[in-house]
Amino acid sequence: MTAKWETVIGLEVHVELSTETKVWCSCKNEFGAEPNTNVCPVCLALPGSLPVLNAQALEYAVKAGLALNCKIQRYSKFDRKNYFYPDNPSGYQISQYDLPLCYDGYVDITRKDGTSRRIRIKRIHLENDAGKLVHAGDDVAAADTSLVDFNRAGVPLIEIVTEPDIRSSEEADLFLNKLRSILKYCGVSDVKMEEGSMRCDVNVSVRPAGSAEFGVRSELKNVNSFSAVVRGIEYEQKRHISILEEGGAVEQETRSWRDAQGISVLLRSKEDAEDYRYFPEPDLPPVVLTDEDVERVRASLPELPDAIMARLMSDYGLSAYDASIIVAEKEYADWFLRAVELAGRESAKTVANWQINELNRVMNEKGLGPDQIPVTPEQLAGMLKLIEKGTITGKIAKTVFEKMVESGKDAETIVKEEGLTQVADEGELLKIAREVVAANPKVFEDWKSGKQSAAQWFVGQLMKATRGRANPQLALKLVTQALEEQAGQQ
Amino acid sequence: MTHKLSAARLNRLFLAGELSAVEITESVLSRIASVDPVVGAFIKVAAEHALDRARKLDARRKAGDREFGPLAGVPVAVKDNICTCGIETTCASRILKGYVPPYDATVVERLRASGAIIIGKTNMDEFAMGSSGETSAFGVTRNPWDLERIPGGSSSGSAAAVAAEEVPLSLGSDTGGSIRQPAALTGVVGLKPTYGYVSRYGLVAFASSLDQIGPFGHDVEDVARLFEVIAGPDRRDATNAGRTPPEVKFGGEPSLKGVRLGVPREYFGSGIEAGVRARVEEAIKQLEELGASVEECSLPSTEHALSAYYIIAPAEASANLARFDGVRYGYRAAGASGLLEMYGRTRAEGFGPEVKRRIMIGTYALSSGYYDAYYKKAQQVRTLVIRDFERAFGRFDALVTPTVPTTAWRLGEKLDDPLSMYLADICTIPVNLAGLPAISVPCGFADGLPVGLQLIGQHFADTQLLQLAWAYQKVTKHHEARPDVDLKGGRQQ
Ligand SMILES: [Zn+2]
Repeated sequence: MTAKWETVIGLEVHVELSTETKVWCSCKNEFGAEPNTNVCPVCLALPGSLPVLNAQALEYAVKAGLALNCKIQRYSKFDRKNYFYPDNPSGYQISQYDLPLCYDGYVDITRKDGTSRRIRIKRIHLENDAGKLVHAGDDVAAADTSLVDFNRAGVPLIEIVTEPDIRSSEEADLFLNKLRSILKYCGVSDVKMEEGSMRCDVNVSVRPAGSAEFGVRSELKNVNSFSAVVRGIEYEQKRHISILEEGGAVEQETRSWRDAQGISVLLRSKEDAEDYRYFPEPDLPPVVLTDEDVERVRASLPELPDAIMARLMSDYGLSAYDASIIVAEKEYADWFLRAVELAGRESAKTVANWQINELNRVMNEKGLGPDQIPVTPEQLAGMLKLIEKGTITGKIAKTVFEKMVESGKDAETIVKEEGLTQVADEGELLKIAREVVAANPKVFEDWKSGKQSAAQWFVGQLMKATRGRANPQLALKLVTQALEEQAGQQ
Repeated sequence: MTHKLSAARLNRLFLAGELSAVEITESVLSRIASVDPVVGAFIKVAAEHALDRARKLDARRKAGDREFGPLAGVPVAVKDNICTCGIETTCASRILKGYVPPYDATVVERLRASGAIIIGKTNMDEFAMGSSGETSAFGVTRNPWDLERIPGGSSSGSAAAVAAEEVPLSLGSDTGGSIRQPAALTGVVGLKPTYGYVSRYGLVAFASSLDQIGPFGHDVEDVARLFEVIAGPDRRDATNAGRTPPEVKFGGEPSLKGVRLGVPREYFGSGIEAGVRARVEEAIKQLEELGASVEECSLPSTEHALSAYYIIAPAEASANLARFDGVRYGYRAAGASGLLEMYGRTRAEGFGPEVKRRIMIGTYALSSGYYDAYYKKAQQVRTLVIRDFERAFGRFDALVTPTVPTTAWRLGEKLDDPLSMYLADICTIPVNLAGLPAISVPCGFADGLPVGLQLIGQHFADTQLLQLAWAYQKVTKHHEARPDVDLKGGRQQ
């Protein structure tokens, strides 16, 4: 991007809370059930039905707020946000308008270059999700009929609204990943974008670099993956800049992001902006939280990624980079901490290396998610013990690790079954070294003529012959002995 | 003559085995068949449903079951904005014609549990919007005292059904006076309970912060019995107070010694008819004779209450009625070419003029740019009204006022003049804004038409209010007067 311009981004992130039941009724909150099976008069908004706030949803929302460093409103209330749409059975959404449950929070993100930035959170409010439309056709316009599934109607949502503190698509991506990570840590959501449990609206504006005023923004609706957020921001950024550089003026509008085509299209302009006609929800009393309520929720918070990361760096001596990778997913961090607990604190760096290099590689290759780590901390610790005891070499360990992933068996079992124990018997190794030297007279001649690397070559041969089971120091010593013997015999 | 018996009496006779539930039900059904064609109190008579229920009650009693609730064997009519599982519930609107709820309102569940027989659904002003019973999509209800006159609204059918002796008891709902006003105009007893005493779950909402379900009956004892059945905690209504009313005890010599009554002068303004004023003043004297101390007082924000009400109620209604969009149930306009047109035509064809008027007012009052000037201001006025009452209840146990400034007017008389119609609720509306309990009891006649006396109590003082009304009823007997619907055309030979 041209350095003349600065991009200003704000996000509105909707996250479904993974409560057992819906927010206003006791229907199950579950993804993927048969359409319209988890419904009742309340979530279908049948005439006469009334909402009752799910205490778990309230607690989860407070928990999310605390985890995102927010202040918690002691007196908040619900408001009706009125709009007509077939997936909105009551004709209004119960949301929060002027008194959101949580406000004034922040998330710190760490860029690749190690610098960090604080993204402020303006507010978090609790509301209900709508149902889902299924169009019987290629798209809405071509659909002959549309069907509604109300299973999702009434699922609790929190809307997290940031201040316009984000300055690039990279920062937006980092923020969303951090947000997802934190929410998963607290256990308030499974945060799966692919299942729609996390959705995002993006506000983008562009202003001359160094300007304090904001440019006119456009809002991208329903951007449904992190990569779409990145592409959408970059698209809008270019669109705004080219309008501005041609001397035009950006219009304030709401646009729809079409990810497949990589473009945004006009949804509505400022002139026909919706008037939601908010007013206090008369069916629900205000929510009054005491300091004790808030402290009780705070006490239930697990250790969060920033705190764990600091601990990994100070107590275990990991680099910021390694630590950030380990804490990105709660499952990774749990796995790491457990493995270190078993293997001993002095093994922390080794565990981190195995996790970041080998485990991550394998998981990427196999497309496994953080909840599908193929090796247990016990298994890794067991393998490290074998290395430490000298039962296997570091090189063999890589093979053992691969086999652990494939078979799920413990390192010890694999080593036994495959005969991978380190050969430390000098007599046996010397015998093999002599054979190797005798079998390769040409390289022996090279060695004799002073070529040092030839000795290393013989060590390699020895390793090959023992399938890597030879102790490397011992191997060099015995190869040298065999070579000298051969030279002496000549 | 079974239909002329009180609920208490019917219950006793049923328990004693002197009358079967089927006999009671058949008697009520035949009374309805003979007079309702002219009164128009019912939208739907659930004859089969009621008889089936009656047969089950009889079978239970015969089998030796004695664990019956306080309304066992008593037929009760239910306003058509209260959901009855398996019985069409329309709110007297075209938009809900044919809608059969898959669940019971909490009050209906409690009626069933107490052994009551739900006899049918009563006519009303469409979505409870109106003060005359004339805005129903299914025809007007007539006042049993004069069939050319309105019975009051919006619980017009529930009041008229009791007044015409079609049922001993009925349920109505009161948003701005919709129980007390028709009770007064048809000469029956109607109680608007404290907001939060009776669950609203299953009451099709008009204005959620004002609506409350309440009972109609000929006398205070019957009304208290029904109130005790329907009131109490319900977790499905978050605005329910979770309180059970103390038991109402009647008996002994009626006395109001030590009771302090306030008479707010704003309720006796220029709009009050001379006959109504005379009856209410007589009633106040009688209360004094019973031992109560009576003193004039002032509720200065009363004059603004009506304006506040006609912002808040339509604002809430505009949201509450948004769910009637033709998508899932009820009426859907045919032939629309797109979604917006379907919404527009469904609502244009489905709602009547009064409902549309209020949706428009409410939508306007909430729209951005007008919210502060209208809705917010109205809520501030509401606070003032509440403070006025709080001040008054620092000095008084209850307030005494007319229920309606006039007697029942002629059908059609005010239909084209919504503003004059709105004035009919001027004495009842402040009570809803403050969420207080109030009861209307018959206090005599003016020009042959019933006049109602309104007693307003403090929050959750419903029981005391009933006891106060009982004492008055005991010494005046106005509640014993009955219209002769038969002679007026109900059963012409
Ligand atoms: Zn539900």
